[in-house]
Amino acid sequence: MAITLKINGENKLVSAPEGTPLLWVLRDHLGLTGTKFGCGVAQCGACTVHVDGTPIRSCITAHEDVEGLEVTTIEGKEGKEAAAIRKAWEAIDVPQCGYCQAGQIMSAVALLEENKSPNDDDIDAAMDGNICRCATYVRIRAAIKDAASSL
Amino acid sequence: MLTEFHPPYEKGGAQQISGQRHLPSGSFHKIDRRTALKGLGALTFGVALTACSQGKTPAAKAASTAAADGPHILDGHRPDVLEGPALFISIAADNTPTITCSRSEMGQQTWTAMTQIIADELDVAWDKIEIHQAIGDARYGDQNTDGSTSVRNHFTRLRQVGATMRLMLRQAAANEWGVDVTEVTAELGVLKSGSKTLTYGDVAEAAAALPVPDAAVVPLKTRKDWRYIGKPVPSVTVPKIIRGEGTYGMDVQIPNMVYAAIARPPAHLSTVKSFDARAAMAVTGVLKIVQLDHPKGPVVYQPLGGVAVIATDTWAAIQGRDALNITWNDGPNSQYNSKEYAKTLMASANAPGTAKLTRGDTMAALKEGTKTISADYYASHLSQAPMEPPAATAQWKGDELHVWASTQNPQSGRSTLASILGIPPEKVICNVTWLGGGFGRKSKPDFLVEAAILAKDMGQPVKVVWTREDDLGHGYFHSVSAQHFEGALDESGKTTAILHRTAFPSISSTFAGDAADGPSDGELGLGAVDNPFAAPNLQVEACKAKAHIRIGWLRSVANVYHSFGVQSFANELAYAAEREPLEYLMELIGDDRDIDPKTDSAPYTNYGASLEEHPISTARLKAVLQKAADMANWGRDMPKGHGLGIAVHRSFLSYVATAIEVKVTDDGEISFPGIWSAVDAGTVVNPKHTAAQIEGGTIYGLSNALFGEITAKNGVIEQKNFPDWRVMRISEAPRDFAVHIIDSQAAPGGVGEPGTPPAAPALTNAIFAATGMRMRKLPILGQSNRLDMSTAKRT
Repeated sequence: MAITLKINGENKLVSAPEGTPLLWVLRDHLGLTGTKFGCGVAQCGACTVHVDGTPIRSCITAHEDVEGLEVTTIEGKEGKEAAAIRKAWEAIDVPQCGYCQAGQIMSAVALLEENKSPNDDDIDAAMDGNICRCATYVRIRAAIKDAASSL
Repeated sequence: MLTEFHPPYEKGGAQQISGQRHLPSGSFHKIDRRTALKGLGALTFGVALTACSQGKTPAAKAASTAAADGPHILDGHRPDVLEGPALFISIAADNTPTITCSRSEMGQQTWTAMTQIIADELDVAWDKIEIHQAIGDARYGDQNTDGSTSVRNHFTRLRQVGATMRLMLRQAAANEWGVDVTEVTAELGVLKSGSKTLTYGDVAEAAAALPVPDAAVVPLKTRKDWRYIGKPVPSVTVPKIIRGEGTYGMDVQIPNMVYAAIARPPAHLSTVKSFDARAAMAVTGVLKIVQLDHPKGPVVYQPLGGVAVIATDTWAAIQGRDALNITWNDGPNSQYNSKEYAKTLMASANAPGTAKLTRGDTMAALKEGTKTISADYYASHLSQAPMEPPAATAQWKGDELHVWASTQNPQSGRSTLASILGIPPEKVICNVTWLGGGFGRKSKPDFLVEAAILAKDMGQPVKVVWTREDDLGHGYFHSVSAQHFEGALDESGKTTAILHRTAFPSISSTFAGDAADGPSDGELGLGAVDNPFAAPNLQVEACKAKAHIRIGWLRSVANVYHSFGVQSFANELAYAAEREPLEYLMELIGDDRDIDPKTDSAPYTNYGASLEEHPISTARLKAVLQKAADMANWGRDMPKGHGLGIAVHRSFLSYVATAIEVKVTDDGEISFPGIWSAVDAGTVVNPKHTAAQIEGGTIYGLSNALFGEITAKNGVIEQKNFPDWRVMRISEAPRDFAVHIIDSQAAPGGVGEPGTPPAAPALTNAIFAATGMRMRKLPILGQSNRLDMSTAKRT
């Protein structure tokens, strides 16, 4: 049965079997491939999106569970924290392959939206669910601090 | 660091980078595709010019058919219509230069580096450049993006490409103006002679009609005139990445496409006995179940067989795959138990092997030593585990096969597809997407073949998606290894003899099957026979080892365990001699000299480079070692529970030393107060991204050394997903990391891999300094969060 999901401020009619994770609806049904598949079991964070402003793992979230809620993906995430994070990410070239970075950025933006001046432990707590195999962790940490100080 | 640089695209300084710099876009969008084609029409050579300008090239026929609002497919240049510098450069009438990158972008920033090299000699404005990804074609030269070869093997050729095009543009302007070419300058896309000016675009078509000059007569810039090479040019991919743009293999979508997930044999080379597809077919969205042939002969790049489920989306394909009820036949590796095998391998390393390097009389010297020590080292199988699991999409257009994949090697993709699908290579168009990491896994095109077979069966485009479970369960694994060392010291504590035995299943087993029994000469050249120590007696032996899972390349390959063994044992020799470890390591390396392992009868190919251009220089090795030590303030008093360790290793023609400070708490928790690396990679194209590769390569090595463990039981890999396969997370990673790049004019070496080898021994040497505990088995922690401190000696 088709349902309407609100993705990046737009209503999208989606027809997928019940239980289909939001990740695959975004990617395969709506063509929003910025949100990535890395593990499918909420262990790597590559699929992180915001639902009503909270970062969630879209690979284990049934798409019908976000009906009526605001879903925001990397393609649609805006605001001053997002702008600061993107600017800081660019300034020191945080990403290498970039595959995990949509998830990293969505987690980092959510952190700054909650906490304007995160310390190292705050960063660890907010970002520990996002694996980066290129191991850009040192630059992720530095860029979050740069972004925070620019706000 | 290299000279500080404020390039023209950063006029406002670092704070304005994001606002100032252009985002050179790839071939991923239709608009870029048209730009590229227009460029092709404007500047190509000979008959190709006509064909291109009429839009009849195969590239034009293959133009994008992306869904209206769906993302992107990409079709690369068709180099069969091109020659000379036009393979890599086209210039549109509006003066837009399009540069084709022939290497696969997987985070090492090769798009940026290759463009820096060409654009420098071509002399065009950075913010005007479009970047295009090449398909697999031998005319580009080697495209296998591994071995840290992109810069080191293509630097000179790509400079010549840019310079040749620039000379032809100058010649075309000279012809136009009736002046000698020497009177025409070319800078940032503008040609000048006296008061006359033209853009490159103005003369592109005329330049295309000129003969291509021989590279030997084309002047290259002198180093001081480099505009982009050696400068910290920002990444051209990052501005897209931060917006979720760019197309990875997993992201490819084309009209009428369906999705496949495959149940592969649980043990290597086991086969399907029977299967019941009813439950799978009952999953909504499942379209078809297809049994795949199992491989014949050496596995090479053949798919592993199994049963594929094709469905309308990825989720349905995975659900259907998981619902298959398959009975498997046991295969030749169904008895493989890695725990048992570790003993077999260690026994092999403890018995005499085949001598591969012989200096002096090591066996006699070991007997005569005042003091002798021995040590055994073991390191587990590893998985590359790139964040993007393998993914490939295939489409048949008549008898022509088009594939889009995150492949490190589109040429072997092309030849493998042609061979297995039984079509001529020229009928295979292998498009390269961005790679969500590669680390060696994506040098093997097995997943491309799966997609092609299924697309043929379905009669429509198919994307094969590997899940993380597939990636960990059915990889081309980094080899398990065992090493045995013996060393002799004289009465003064000087090392007089070293015996190094190494045993590991070879990557050759993937290509030669059971005929391979232990290290190949190529693998011994990765950190074993290129031993840098001056000991008068040195013997390196290769010991037998059969493979029972697919073995493949992983970032820095055999250097990982060889560096672990050699640099750990050097540290053990220092303590045996009761000497300061850094000073002792310097003495082991000895006088400044260039080493040729062939002098000691060793087979050695020096990463395919000449020893004249790329010597094994002990002076350079010691220079990075001293630099890293200085950065770490080596010799300072350490707080309780802290230890400093250091290691140095030459790989892929570059030298890296890493010093690590570890803190080990009384209950065994490990953290990293500091890490310092010094790298000598010869001439460096981009210091910013070289530093990033050393950071990433080192932490990749630390992750593997602390946690990385792939095990097999009854032939089946036991790690299913994260965190069974544990990788380092941000809370476990160092918070600070300093990299120093040695200023050098030597020929370029690699940078993607050389950071990895010193990481493990620097770590284990640091743990020894902190605790007195010698870590001879990797991983150190595995699934544990604490070291067993029962044998620690705390001061």
